[in-house]
Amino acid sequence: MGRSATPVVITGLGPVCGLGVGLEPFWQALTAGTSAIRRIDRFETGSFGCPFASVLPEGFDVRTLVPKSYRKGTKVMARDIEIAVAGAHMAVQSAGLVTRGTEGATTVTIPPERFGAHIGAGLIAADIDELTAALVTSTNTDGTVDLGAWGSGGMNNLTPLWLLKYLPNMLACHVTIIHDCQGPSNTITCGESSALLSLGESMRVIGRGDADACLSGGAESRVNQMGLMRYWYSGRLRAMPAAGQGPELVRPFDDQASGSVLGEGGGILVVESADSAARRGKAPLAHLVGFGASQSVCTDTLGMDLSQNGEDIAAAIESALDDAGMKAGDIDAIVPTGCAVPDVDAGERAALERIFGSRLSTLPIATVVPNAGFCGAGTGALAACAGVQMLATQTIPARLNATATPGLDAAASPSRPAALRTVLVLTASLGGQNAAIIMRRAS
Amino acid sequence: MSVRIVVTGMGWVTPLGHDLEGVWGRMMRSECGMAPITRFDARTFPTTFAAEVRDYDVNAFVKHPQAHATAGLNSKYALGAARQAWAQAGLDERPAPSLRRVGMYLGAGEGVIDTANYFSANVAGWEAASSRVGGSWFDAAQRLLDRAREVEQEPHMPLAHLAREFGIRGPSYNCLTACAASTQAIGEACSILRRGDADAMLAGGTHTMIHPLGITGFNRLTALSTFKGDPTKASRPFDIGRDGFVMGEGSGMVVLETLEHAMARGATPLAELIGYGSSADAFRITDIQPDGRGAAAAMTQALAQAGIDPLKRLDDGRPPIQYISAHGTGTKENDSIETIGVKRVFGELAPSIPMSSIKSMMGHLIAAAGAVEFITCVQSIRHGMLPPTINYANPDPELDLDYVPNTARAAKIDTCLSNSFGFGGQNDTVIVTRWRGA
Repeated sequence: MGRSATPVVITGLGPVCGLGVGLEPFWQALTAGTSAIRRIDRFETGSFGCPFASVLPEGFDVRTLVPKSYRKGTKVMARDIEIAVAGAHMAVQSAGLVTRGTEGATTVTIPPERFGAHIGAGLIAADIDELTAALVTSTNTDGTVDLGAWGSGGMNNLTPLWLLKYLPNMLACHVTIIHDCQGPSNTITCGESSALLSLGESMRVIGRGDADACLSGGAESRVNQMGLMRYWYSGRLRAMPAAGQGPELVRPFDDQASGSVLGEGGGILVVESADSAARRGKAPLAHLVGFGASQSVCTDTLGMDLSQNGEDIAAAIESALDDAGMKAGDIDAIVPTGCAVPDVDAGERAALERIFGSRLSTLPIATVVPNAGFCGAGTGALAACAGVQMLATQTIPARLNATATPGLDAAASPSRPAALRTVLVLTASLGGQNAAIIMRRAS
Repeated sequence: MSVRIVVTGMGWVTPLGHDLEGVWGRMMRSECGMAPITRFDARTFPTTFAAEVRDYDVNAFVKHPQAHATAGLNSKYALGAARQAWAQAGLDERPAPSLRRVGMYLGAGEGVIDTANYFSANVAGWEAASSRVGGSWFDAAQRLLDRAREVEQEPHMPLAHLAREFGIRGPSYNCLTACAASTQAIGEACSILRRGDADAMLAGGTHTMIHPLGITGFNRLTALSTFKGDPTKASRPFDIGRDGFVMGEGSGMVVLETLEHAMARGATPLAELIGYGSSADAFRITDIQPDGRGAAAAMTQALAQAGIDPLKRLDDGRPPIQYISAHGTGTKENDSIETIGVKRVFGELAPSIPMSSIKSMMGHLIAAAGAVEFITCVQSIRHGMLPPTINYANPDPELDLDYVPNTARAAKIDTCLSNSFGFGGQNDTVIVTRWRGA
């Protein structure tokens, strides 16, 4: 299948989001139709127009998900890094791998130099309380910061390792240190397409024989003041009606869709060569059979007019189909970005109509954003975890909120069984990067 | 090797200028781009100097200025470098048959934070009693911050601008693996071409961290030089007195194509990309593997892909690699461990391979460093000249390789290796060789 020299499979899933940590709570919530979107109480949101988000469950503590010897390392982790580290922990467990990060490990499953990591990340905002506590030591009377005072001493109020909490490649850095992944690794920063592009790169790296397995996916938390503000400015968030309660707000592909709600989350998947999985007697959860990517050319100076780009998004899907040696008729279900941002919805819908024609009306669409929020670089990882689990359990998860739209099987509905051989997972990013992955049921 | 990959265009925007041969000439004359920081008042900072891009006007390079009116500095540098590469590759006169088969792989850094307004919003929202920023932050932020300026900071915005300028619609990626990013981008672009997922790729990097928080972050890590004398003497790679790197900024871009695609449209190859290797130290977030293992792994993989035995001299007696563009940041740790890594790979041949750091002249372009150094390798092959490591005055007894001290040197150069190592343990190596015909 495809042009990969070596077949590539998925053997472990580690979703981490507001729905829970690990596969079980994630899938339980998706099938039950639960949303984790609530009013934000982590910080005060004042006059902000969209004070809702899905955040990790109360009690989440990354220190419980790293080896005891690494607990000190958690002090320099931004939330984004914590999510990736937690996701890698859950994925490694799910795949039955023994790594350097496994307590009491003496031998490891994957040789370190054959173990890679491709983890998508976003633009990480500094902890505003930590930074501002340092800034207020160097202010002028008019409330501006006195750079002279900052340079000569104020900056010393920041911990020496301050910068390392916020470098995007620190997600992969911590994960590779904990699990001893010395093979090819990368940090792809393409907004909402980061995770699928990372999965695609892992697939290629393994396919060409440069690694046996990779920890792959993406994570992001924009649930902080600056993260919210930037997502608002990028036209992604829904301006709230006064009576908005949270869970009912995100309505992908609905005529009434008017924006998304932020989530923090993401996930790591174990991508492995079929040979490696077979050698260790691990049954794959799904096969990765096709990958394609494309760039949308947006005329809007901020790259937001994705609705015009059905053709560009469709090109990514066509490449993935070609890569898999499949036709549109071979696809049984779709997990798109489905974020309820009208421009993104319209662009994705136009692309799907180009590829699937009238058959689109009978192709089940699954969404995760109404449940887990729009998780930036992590959003594709959650979509991919959902796609794998749909194939493994032969189930279409519940859909929330959206009213029926002619020509699209995307309206609110309970979870249902379905015969699924293949699932298409798709993301389209703010910067115009589109990625498509095709997964096949493990036989 | 089934699919051959050639370089057909190159461009850069650097502290030493914005044109291919002009910058090269300045490096040949051992010129240095460092001076006191002008972007903001850094006089009280531990580090007061940097290598800034000067007199640069993006509108001299773009056909659609209006489409880039709000672009951040990183995108503007990328546009200038890409236009030069696009032009040298002749992609306007002899276009690619399909822009769907042209992709991008960048190692672009995030855009410049709007420091003054961001700081003021934070201070305005500060509630001293609870030591937290309160809800009034959002009022201040919405009053002070600019929408476009915030969105343009997303690290994939350079891709969006390049797509808009050149109409590129193929597979497009941005990776941000710290200081290794654009070497990795060139290597991964090559992998995409080899597999047939695209026919041509615009690859490279762009970055500036010359802003208060950028300097603050690296000062707190004690990674920057705090040299007290003439800034042009501050960056001293491999010298025993080296005390850190000097921040640079800019962009390097190359057009890579499959040989088949380049030939079909009548393009002239400048060099051939023959090897790429990538590894992770998986060691510590702040320190490099002291035995140089990670760096050596990347070099070894790249050499293997290129089919080069690092321990065997050529028939004419030269070492198999005739120039190494070092990561050579000028920090104590990097330069020592890079030297150890090179010796680990090339054994007894290591001292006979010239290895220099152009960071001594143009500073450290962070995510963009690797692309600029890759272009330097191609230029050294084309001109038969080795760029120097300037400010090399006092040898470090433990660093005993040929660092091309202080002055450029003529040499017969056919094959070069370029190293980049990132904070967090990312190691990437690419190997480029003289174009010898199809």
